[in-house]
Amino acid sequence: MKSVVVVFPGSNREKDMADALERASGHRPKLLWHKETELGKPDLMVLPGGFSYGDYLRCGAIAAHSPVMKEVIRLAQAGTPLLAVCNGFQMLVETRLVPGALLRNASLKFICKQTHLRLESESPTFTSKMKKGDVIHVPVAHGEGNYVVTPDMLKGMNDNGQIAFRYCGQDGRELVDINGSVDSIAGVYNETKTILGMMPHPEDATDATLGNDSAKPFFDGIVAAIAR
Amino acid sequence: MTAATAQKLPEKFREPAVTPELAAEFGLKGDEYTRVLEILGREPTYTELGIFSVMWSEHCSYKSSRAHLSRLPTKAPWVIQGPGEGAGVIDIGDGQAAIFKMESHNHPSYIEPYQGAATGVGGILRDVFTMGARPVANLNALRFGDPSHPKTRQLVAGVVKGIGDYGNSVGVPTVGGETNFHPAYNGNILVNAMTVGVADTDKIFYSRGASVGQPVVYVGSKTGRDGIHGATMSSAEFTEGDEDQRPTVQVGDPFTEKLLLEACLELMKTDCIVSLQDMGAAGLTSSSVEIAAKGEIGLVMDLDKVPMREAGMVPYEIMLSESQERMLVILKPGREEEANKIFEKWDLDYATIGHTVERRYLTLNMYGKTWCDIPVPPLVDDAPKYMRPTAPSAKPAALDAKASELPAGGLAEALKKIIACPDIASKKWIYEQYDPLVRGETKAGPGAADAAIVRLDGKQKALVMSSDCCPRYVQANAWMGGMQAVAESWRNITAVGGRPLAITNNLNFGNPEKPEIMGQFVDAIDGMAQACKTLEYPVVSGNVSLYNETNGKAILPTPVIGGVGIIDDARKAALMTVKEGQTLLLVGGAGKHLGQSIYAREIHGLETGDVPPVDLKAEKQNGDAVREMITAGIIKACHDVSDGGALVALAEMAMVSDIGIETEGPDDAGFWFGEDQARYIIAVENPDDVKIAHIVLGKVGGDTLMGVPVATLRDLNEGWLPNYMAGKN
Repeated sequence: MKSVVVVFPGSNREKDMADALERASGHRPKLLWHKETELGKPDLMVLPGGFSYGDYLRCGAIAAHSPVMKEVIRLAQAGTPLLAVCNGFQMLVETRLVPGALLRNASLKFICKQTHLRLESESPTFTSKMKKGDVIHVPVAHGEGNYVVTPDMLKGMNDNGQIAFRYCGQDGRELVDINGSVDSIAGVYNETKTILGMMPHPEDATDATLGNDSAKPFFDGIVAAIAR
Repeated sequence: MTAATAQKLPEKFREPAVTPELAAEFGLKGDEYTRVLEILGREPTYTELGIFSVMWSEHCSYKSSRAHLSRLPTKAPWVIQGPGEGAGVIDIGDGQAAIFKMESHNHPSYIEPYQGAATGVGGILRDVFTMGARPVANLNALRFGDPSHPKTRQLVAGVVKGIGDYGNSVGVPTVGGETNFHPAYNGNILVNAMTVGVADTDKIFYSRGASVGQPVVYVGSKTGRDGIHGATMSSAEFTEGDEDQRPTVQVGDPFTEKLLLEACLELMKTDCIVSLQDMGAAGLTSSSVEIAAKGEIGLVMDLDKVPMREAGMVPYEIMLSESQERMLVILKPGREEEANKIFEKWDLDYATIGHTVERRYLTLNMYGKTWCDIPVPPLVDDAPKYMRPTAPSAKPAALDAKASELPAGGLAEALKKIIACPDIASKKWIYEQYDPLVRGETKAGPGAADAAIVRLDGKQKALVMSSDCCPRYVQANAWMGGMQAVAESWRNITAVGGRPLAITNNLNFGNPEKPEIMGQFVDAIDGMAQACKTLEYPVVSGNVSLYNETNGKAILPTPVIGGVGIIDDARKAALMTVKEGQTLLLVGGAGKHLGQSIYAREIHGLETGDVPPVDLKAEKQNGDAVREMITAGIIKACHDVSDGGALVALAEMAMVSDIGIETEGPDDAGFWFGEDQARYIIAVENPDDVKIAHIVLGKVGGDTLMGVPVATLRDLNEGWLPNYMAGKN
């Protein structure tokens, strides 16, 4: 599996992501500096978490215009899987590859804690080892993860199965409000479900030694889909 | 990016005349100023006076503490670098070293809590990565005033956000810390930040080693007028109205710090660097003087070339600015291009601002003239050193006999009250604003175990870290309190199964010119020294913060210990989580000591009695036995007995595990709430496996502790701080 994790100035979870992908696939992803313009033909592209450009402007707004992004967007539009986590998700909404925007958490505070995510809609690309309704235990670590869309857009996304994950309680029955996101949305797909943006960090829930490998099926599913 | 373009000296600018009065204003005492005159053989210029005053400030010269710090043990076979460099270095095996230090940012954090705390984190990170280490963990030790004091809430909010925003952005996990509240900190909070980094033992960088004919390179943020004379501010007492000193607080930029970190680590992979030094307190002054002094050379710098944020800056301002995220690097001659490429990749400002020379002077040129020409050795070697008078502290009043009485409602009621008191209440509201997980190596972050556990990249071996001090003990008995702080640090590292290796210390005290404060300081040092020696737990770095007083009232003496150890296999570490059916045993004997206890204070309002005595032999014996049983897999969970005694420790284990504990034991306050030292609560499957003396405390099961539902305990424990911050209590 050939995966590429793009590194921006201020990215800081590229190691976590590379470790998780290597654990799942046996292959170390390539870490690609944002000033590069050649990506080759990757099986998977990842925009990792962090604080690109310090988040001094709107989070992700500057990184979305990095030299590398032209090619990332082109490949993603052509169907190369793109996973965008946390700061990566903030960049992703800036590129308009998925709908919506991310505001400051309703609490106005950065929040880092373990959450539960319920899979709302399956994607052959990202969740081939999970079933709708499955609950995984994954941490969040963000100050601006409050997802908003207009009611019209939300209806369209629901109809298309574009809501990927929602925050929920331990047993998955009830939704939980973590950061003020509309309908407790934690992650969304594009229309073809080959692009996934999410605030929580599944890459930090893939190692049993550290006490949590709940997101293993998620990464195993990505690897299995690419291997097919 | 390019260097600053040549600027013109503001036309009307003339340096103020130097007088003894001005010297006094700069914090130089009469005899210190006389010494400056002797060294130079003339009157100093304004710039030179500024440089002398910061270099000879308490903050930079340790003039009151140096004579005593030398009594702390600093050596062990695994110590690579003790105190004297940016941070301490210890060998952790497999060709790797842990590099760490703790540092205070107390005064700035009181004046401007957000930036003060943020730049405290930034400064300590730089101290560590300057030496070639990638920072892998941050900890912090915070002391705030009485919760009912009108400023406390705002200070907590600002400090926590400052620490979080900086560490989270740079991408270093904040994995541990401690927070206390006490009226003695009302006018002078403590913000102590610790960073632990990891480097290869053959790739450690020092400020020493520069020689003649090498370029002096500036890299990082541009220099502005912020933080001028910060080191002097940190060397004086506070009086009311000092909030006006806000302009002396620096502003942090974690994004630039992250770029600087990555650029430095990338540059260190080449062999371009001779030495480097972070521009911390006293900025360009202390960094350049340190490199010159340690290299036994001189420096000629053209300050016109310094990247500047503002027009018309003068040498005095440039030399004393404490603008953040800056570094001074001595390169091998001819390697500038290579270094510049890396700085450009990371979009950093840089400039070659001077070169090293044989003549051991600090020579500063700007606007076509020389503003400073002072000999380096006396600036460092002749810094004042005082053996200040000491006076013994008053012995604490005897503990009233009623201290051991149980309140109406008995043990359960006492537990409910204590678990919700500010010092014991959960600090989740704080640590949920910190990211303890980034880098993906954290086995135990805040609240999970007695010490933080962070794995080394690609290994099962892990760093074990803790921050400890019990200021009320040190206040009551500085010698025993100093010893206790070291012992508790050692115990916390041990309680997860770690081998304690070395400490950094952050000594926060009041005005050393008062004999009783100096007495506390000296006694605490002696107590620490004895514990370090017996436990083979040397001091490898540290920071002294004196003059922590407001309107003549000192803080509680607070010598914080930052401990670092290693566990060979993180999979074997003992956390606090217990499981149904396990038996809980107390190692180290039954509790009885209530002097200076949380119980006496919270239940009976008594802050009296002597502190629990520390028996270092028992510490070592019990700790070594516990560690062995953790390694052997006999102990499934472990928690040391400290603040609040055995019952609070059990409650913490029950809450984190979300299960009850059926206890057995006498109806006795001393037994359940005594803070006797050298004790651990261990959870085992089979008590017969435990061959050392122990007392059975109970069995894991049900959903209550002392008849109180664990859910109720958790609500009380987790409720206090968020309610307080929301203004509800």
